[in-house]
Amino acid sequence: MSETQAELSPAAAKAPAKVNMIQALNWALDDAMSADKNVIVFGEEIADPEGGGIVKISHGLSTKYGSRVRSTPISEMGFVGAAVGAAVVGFKPVVEIMLMNFVAVCMDQITNHAAKLRFMSGGQTHVPMVIRTMTGSGFQNGGQHSDFLEAWFCHTPGIKVVMPSNPADGYGLLRSAINDPDPVIFIEHLNNYWTPGDAPERGKLIPLGKARIHRPGKDVTVIGYSRSMLDIPPVAEKLAKDGIDCEVIDLRTVQPMDMETILTSVKKTGRAVVVHEACRSFGVGAELSSRIHEALFRELKAPVERVASEDSPVPYAPPLEQAFLYTHAELEAAIRKTLA
Amino acid sequence: MVMTQPDSKTLVAIYEKMTLIKHSDDRVIGAMKAGRMVMPYYSARGQECIPAAISVQLTDEDYLVTIYRGVHDMLAKGLPPKLLWAELAGKVTGSCKGKGGPMHLTYPSKGCMVTTGIVGASMPIACGLGLATQLRGEKRVTVANFGDGASNIGAFHESLNLAAVWKLPVIFVCQNNQYAEHTAYSTGTSAAKISDRAASYGIPGVHVDGNDPIAVYSAAQQAIARARAGEGPTLIEAKTFRFNGHLIGDAGEYIPKAIYAEAVKNDPYPRYRNWLVEHQHASATQLDGIDAAIKTLIDEAEAFAMSSAAPDAIEVKRDVYATEIA
Repeated sequence: MSETQAELSPAAAKAPAKVNMIQALNWALDDAMSADKNVIVFGEEIADPEGGGIVKISHGLSTKYGSRVRSTPISEMGFVGAAVGAAVVGFKPVVEIMLMNFVAVCMDQITNHAAKLRFMSGGQTHVPMVIRTMTGSGFQNGGQHSDFLEAWFCHTPGIKVVMPSNPADGYGLLRSAINDPDPVIFIEHLNNYWTPGDAPERGKLIPLGKARIHRPGKDVTVIGYSRSMLDIPPVAEKLAKDGIDCEVIDLRTVQPMDMETILTSVKKTGRAVVVHEACRSFGVGAELSSRIHEALFRELKAPVERVASEDSPVPYAPPLEQAFLYTHAELEAAIRKTLA
Repeated sequence: MVMTQPDSKTLVAIYEKMTLIKHSDDRVIGAMKAGRMVMPYYSARGQECIPAAISVQLTDEDYLVTIYRGVHDMLAKGLPPKLLWAELAGKVTGSCKGKGGPMHLTYPSKGCMVTTGIVGASMPIACGLGLATQLRGEKRVTVANFGDGASNIGAFHESLNLAAVWKLPVIFVCQNNQYAEHTAYSTGTSAAKISDRAASYGIPGVHVDGNDPIAVYSAAQQAIARARAGEGPTLIEAKTFRFNGHLIGDAGEYIPKAIYAEAVKNDPYPRYRNWLVEHQHASATQLDGIDAAIKTLIDEAEAFAMSSAAPDAIEVKRDVYATEIA
C-alpha cells in the first residue's frame, strides 16, 4: 500500500518530538485502519466504552472506526480463532491478547492454524493477522502475567515474531506487521510503554527482519531486543569509559532473524553477547549463539555469552523478582568475559 | 420444527451427493485394504445425508469449515473428486499439493475454507468467516461442522457465545455419531441433547434425525434463512452413526454389537434410495444412471490420483511463509 502525506491524519503535522510507545502504537493502528479498510481490531476491553485497552493503546479507535473495532468476551480461543477465519478471507485482523501468558489458552489457534494453514492448504489460503500482546517482569504480577514466551513462537514455522524496543520502531514495525502476508506475534514490554523516545514519522514503515545498529563499536557485539534494549545502552556507555567499544544491535524482529547484520558485526568484533529477559535455557539466546558459532567458529575470539533471566517462574516478592532478572552487573561481567 | 419437503429435483440432488460420498468412501477403503493407498482415514460412511441435505441449499459463495472426519462435507460442498483423491494419495495434483492430506482439505473456490485435525477448532474459525461476511455486508453463510465430542471442548462454548453476542451468520452443525473417538456419548457428555446447550447462549438449538434428509434439509433451511437475514447463529444437532469406527483400522470393540446391528439396519443410504423410488421422486433406472455416472467419476479420480506425481522435496520449503526465510 502506498503511503502519501494525504493519507495522514492532521495530527501528524503537529506531532511532538518525543512520544511514548503507547502513543506510537495507537498512531500505527489508527494509520493502518485509515489506510486499509480490511484492518480490523479486536480484543478484551479495547473499545472505548470499555476503556480503549488496559494501557489505552486502542483509545479512540472504536469511536472513529465503529464496528471494525470490537471488545470481545474473555474468550481468547474464540476471538483468536475468529481472527484466523477473517484473515483467511482477506481481512487483516489485529487482535490483542491482554497479557502474554494468556496465549497458553489459545495456542491451538495460533500454532496449529494461523501458523500452518498456508502450508497445509498448499498455499491456497494464508493468515495475514497480527497478535499484539504485552508482558514483562518488574510489576509484581507473578508467574502467570509476566513471561516472555517468544521462543515458543520462533520454534513454530509459519509465524513471525516482532519485539520493538522504542516508539519509533514500534510504529514502523507494527505497520509492517499489519501489512505482512503471514501471521505475526507482536510482543510489547510493559517497561517500554512509558519510556519516551523519538516520535515516529507517520506513514514510515520499517521492514520486518531487519535489525538496527543502535551503537556502532569495534570490540564486542551486544545483541538485544525489547526490554534488554533499555539495559544494554547504559552498560555500553559505562564500558566505553574503560575503553571497551561495544557494537549494540537491536534485533527488532526475532523471527526472521537478521543474520546478515549480526554476522557482519561479529565478524568485525570477534565477540558476541546476547541479552534477553526470557529465561535462559532453550531460548532465543541459545539459537543465536548457535548460529554465530556455526558461521564464525574459527573467527571468534571468545565463546558467545548469554545474559538472561533465571530458569524459574517469575516470582512475586520484589527481591525475588529482582533475582529472577539479569542485572546490569551480570551484563557487564559477560561483556568483559568475552574480552578476558 | 416445521418440516419442508423439497421438490423431487432437490431430493434427487441430495441422493446424488450422498452417492458421491458413499462411493468415494467405499472406494478409498478398498484402495487402503488393497494396499494402494496408505493414510489416517476417518470414514464418514453413515453420515452422508447431513452434508448432502445442507449443501444443496448453499452456493459456492457460502463458506464451509470442517474437521478430520470431513471428506463427506467437502465433497458435498464441491471439492472435485479428482483433487480429493490426489490429495489423499499425497500427490502434487491434490487440492493442497499433497501437503494437507485427509485432515486438511481446502478448496476456496467452492467455499471449502478450512479442514482442521483439532477437535473443536472449526468453530472459532467459522466465527471469523461469519464476522468477515457481516463486516462486508454480504449474504454468505458459514457452516461449521464438528462432532459430538467437540461439544465438550472450550472452543464450542466460546464460539457459540461469541457468535450469539455478535449475531454472526454461522450454522453450527454437530454431527452426533454417538462416539467421541472410542467414548460413548453418555460417558462423556452431560447434556441429554447437545442441541439443549444452545439455550445457554440464547440461540435456537434444533435436534434432528441426521439420517433423515428431509429433517436435515428443513433444519438447515431455517438456520440458513435466519443467518442470511442477519438474525444470528443456530445450533443443529444431527444424530447419526458412523459405520467404520474412529479411523480405518479401528475394529470398534467398544460399540455394543446390538447397537451396531441396529444402526446398519437403519443405514440411511439404501433407506433413502428406496424411499425416493417408492414415493416416485425418481425411478430406479434414473438412480442407476446416477450411480453409474458417479462410479465413472470415482474411477477417473482414482486413476488421476494414481498416475499423478508425488510432490518434489523442495515443496517442504515452500508455503511455510509467503517468502522463504533463509
